[in-house]
Amino acid sequence: MKNPLDSLWGTVICGLILTLILYNIIKFAMQ
Amino acid sequence: MDFIQLGLGRWLHILAGVMWIGLLYYFNFVQVGALKAAAADNTGAGITKHVAPRALFYFRWAAVVTWLAGAMILGKHFLDAFLFLKPAYYPIGVGAWLGTIMLFNVWMLIWPNQKKILGMVSATDAEKNKARRVAFLASRTNTMLSLPLLFFMSASGGIFRTVVFG
Repeated sequence: MKNPLDSLWGTVICGLILTLILYNIIKFAMQ
Repeated sequence: MDFIQLGLGRWLHILAGVMWIGLLYYFNFVQVGALKAAAADNTGAGITKHVAPRALFYFRWAAVVTWLAGAMILGKHFLDAFLFLKPAYYPIGVGAWLGTIMLFNVWMLIWPNQKKILGMVSATDAEKNKARRVAFLASRTNTMLSLPLLFFMSASGGIFRTVVFG
């Protein structure tokens, strides 16, 4: 499997996915 | 005192942060592609000799100033954020950890390997090739982490936190 960080768009998409995951964890933890 | 810590501190944090992340984006969105294109007609020497060392200087020191100013803003709430002791500090705690990981990447992975790549320290061709890969992936990792970092920074205070996290 190709490393998504080799591509600029792969890097941006990984960043967006990570943001979404962390956002949901923190939102849940703050309730 | 609050004016210096929160007013000037936040201003400095943003100023240095713009320089740090701005140069990070320059490396990832501009320089990597430019060096690839320059390799085709052998015109990359100017970038590696004159541009990259200057950009790396401001990049790595802006990272330090950003982190220190961030720590200054947190002040007595430093541990509340880093150890996730109070829910109100959870969002900035995530930002603080991401920024700390990124600072580590700058000084422990990107800069030592860039010194080999740019010939500031001696290295064999094999060591340079390995250094290129490590520095590249650390830089891309920081670009990836900058997205949640900026999200949590901008959504961590006052009305923004209430709107975003409820």
